[in-house]
Amino acid sequence: MLFFIEVLIGGLLAGVMYSLVALGFVLIYKASGVLNFAQGSMVLFAALSFVSILAMGVPFWLALLLTLAIMVLLGVVIEKVVLRPLVNQPQITLFMATIGLSILIEALGQMIWGSQVHGLDLGINDIPFNFYGVFISQFDLFAAGCAAVLVAGLSLFFHKTKIGRALRAVADDHQAAMSVGIPLKHVWTVVWAAAGFVALVAGLLWGSRLGVQFALTLVVLKALPVLILGGFTSVPGAIVGGLIIGATEKLAEVFIGPYFGGGIENWFPYALALVFLLIRPDGLFGEKHIERV
Amino acid sequence: MIYRETGQYKSNYGADEQIFPIRQDRIGVMIILALAYLVVPFIGNDYWFSAILIPFLVLSLAAIGLNLLTGYAGQLSLGSAGFMAVGAFAAYNFMLRIEGMPFLLGFILAGLSAAAVGIVFGLPSLRVKGFYLAAATLASQFFIEWVLTKFPWFTNYSASGVITAQKMVLFGYAFDTPVSRYVLTLVIVTLLALVAKNLVRTRTGRDWMAIRDMDVAAEVIGIPMLKTKLLAFAISSFYLGVAGALWAYCYLGTVEPQAFELTRSFQLLFIIIIGGMGTIVGAFFGAAFIVFFPIFLNLFTSTVFAGQLDPGMLSHLEQFVFGSLIIFFLIVEPLGLARLWQLGKQKLRLWPFPH
Repeated sequence: MLFFIEVLIGGLLAGVMYSLVALGFVLIYKASGVLNFAQGSMVLFAALSFVSILAMGVPFWLALLLTLAIMVLLGVVIEKVVLRPLVNQPQITLFMATIGLSILIEALGQMIWGSQVHGLDLGINDIPFNFYGVFISQFDLFAAGCAAVLVAGLSLFFHKTKIGRALRAVADDHQAAMSVGIPLKHVWTVVWAAAGFVALVAGLLWGSRLGVQFALTLVVLKALPVLILGGFTSVPGAIVGGLIIGATEKLAEVFIGPYFGGGIENWFPYALALVFLLIRPDGLFGEKHIERV
Repeated sequence: MIYRETGQYKSNYGADEQIFPIRQDRIGVMIILALAYLVVPFIGNDYWFSAILIPFLVLSLAAIGLNLLTGYAGQLSLGSAGFMAVGAFAAYNFMLRIEGMPFLLGFILAGLSAAAVGIVFGLPSLRVKGFYLAAATLASQFFIEWVLTKFPWFTNYSASGVITAQKMVLFGYAFDTPVSRYVLTLVIVTLLALVAKNLVRTRTGRDWMAIRDMDVAAEVIGIPMLKTKLLAFAISSFYLGVAGALWAYCYLGTVEPQAFELTRSFQLLFIIIIGGMGTIVGAFFGAAFIVFFPIFLNLFTSTVFAGQLDPGMLSHLEQFVFGSLIIFFLIVEPLGLARLWQLGKQKLRLWPFPH
């Protein structure tokens, strides 16, 4: 039983890490209806930039600020150069453009900062501590804390600030938002900058977990089932989806996996998300689609 | 002047229903086919056949398959490489386990196996749409990869998980030179492309397009959703399965499940988008672009930057240019090369007059 709880908690905390990446997707999908496949390469780019700037001897906080500036700049440039000319194109074209973008950003990051694996130490102890007999990783707890702060911050931003309200209006209906005078371009720029920021946070946490390397881009594939389970348009959905996926994935790996010879973590989350989709085709918290002829 | 249908009267239904209604188009296609069948096999060398032309043809075939599903029936799929893998491994196992199985029958059975798997993974499409479906098709991609690597029965217990394609022999003739494999691939691809071109003009094809344009409306006018969508998955997977078998038998010779990874699925999607969604000719244009462009780029960078940059940097640079070009293409012509081709033909009809 104790082991079960330990696996469950480990899974929940790992799920939070997935949610962090999924959040970036949700932000952009909500505001512009683009499934941004390049989110993974943005995570890699952020982590690579941070590590490389740190390696130049720049102090931690300054490096953080510099990387943030780079990510915001990247977001703004992407919005201006790639997405604005593609306004009003079918979704699949935009999706393809972001796949092209992910190839480009991966190459760019490795051209500028080199392609060797870097370690990243955020100065957090990764010694599991004992909580009534259950071992919990401190690092995962810290990551969960970061995610909580991020979600709270984003929710406040969306609901309390003027630009956040504009964002929600744009997400609801592009044309209506434009006709009441909301500057669509600015809003999208802000969203992409915010997605860059989320990528930075995810990049730092994932980077210190796995090492800063090319494989970081693959976290996208972990985030996708979270997204379809939670719904593309919902911030809480990304969190809840992450928790469900993380927990069941770890439990299945430990308790069911051995019967199949293991290695099921690649497809299990997708199968799980698919089961949820069959019951709720727009994800758990996704916006309901009303179809009219 | 030369490309004009004036004076070409249709006097019976057969003439009206031709695939290429304009005589100049028919002549053009004949010339291309004649070149491909009668000239290229004699002037090409082994490098051209086995490194460029065969992959180009096989990728075109796979792209036609994906295009039937995504371009015509509107079901976005990211798991196409998985179905190619099913085809390749099914062909291998049929030929391994059934004594004296002719390889062409093996290819057909490979396609049918892929179609069966495609129907199973197509079931969610009845309920799930758009990107939700796209992400869900990734389940098929990863699941098939996992099954093929995890259960050694599929690879005949080979230690490395690599299978070696059996010899292809037809009436005592062995297809073991690059040029013979090229002709074999060409015959299969021509036949299947012709079938596809006709298929999209039949009732099934029109049903697919109705579903793509709006599935609720299609259902309301009485198009059976279950049958039509699953048929799209089945036929598309059949094409992908045959393409996978060709990839293993005619192109690589030895193949492992990793040859059909997610990047291959994305590559096929790139092909149909750059080529043109919902067109058959677009699959060939797109495949040509995807196969030839990296070769040109490689030639270009290695001559221009020879000795100045290390190989790692060069490959990143190529990747960078490739990514930018895809974005550039999407911005300039979101409907793909097939659209440019069509515009060119329109212009040619009026030439030399502007209107």
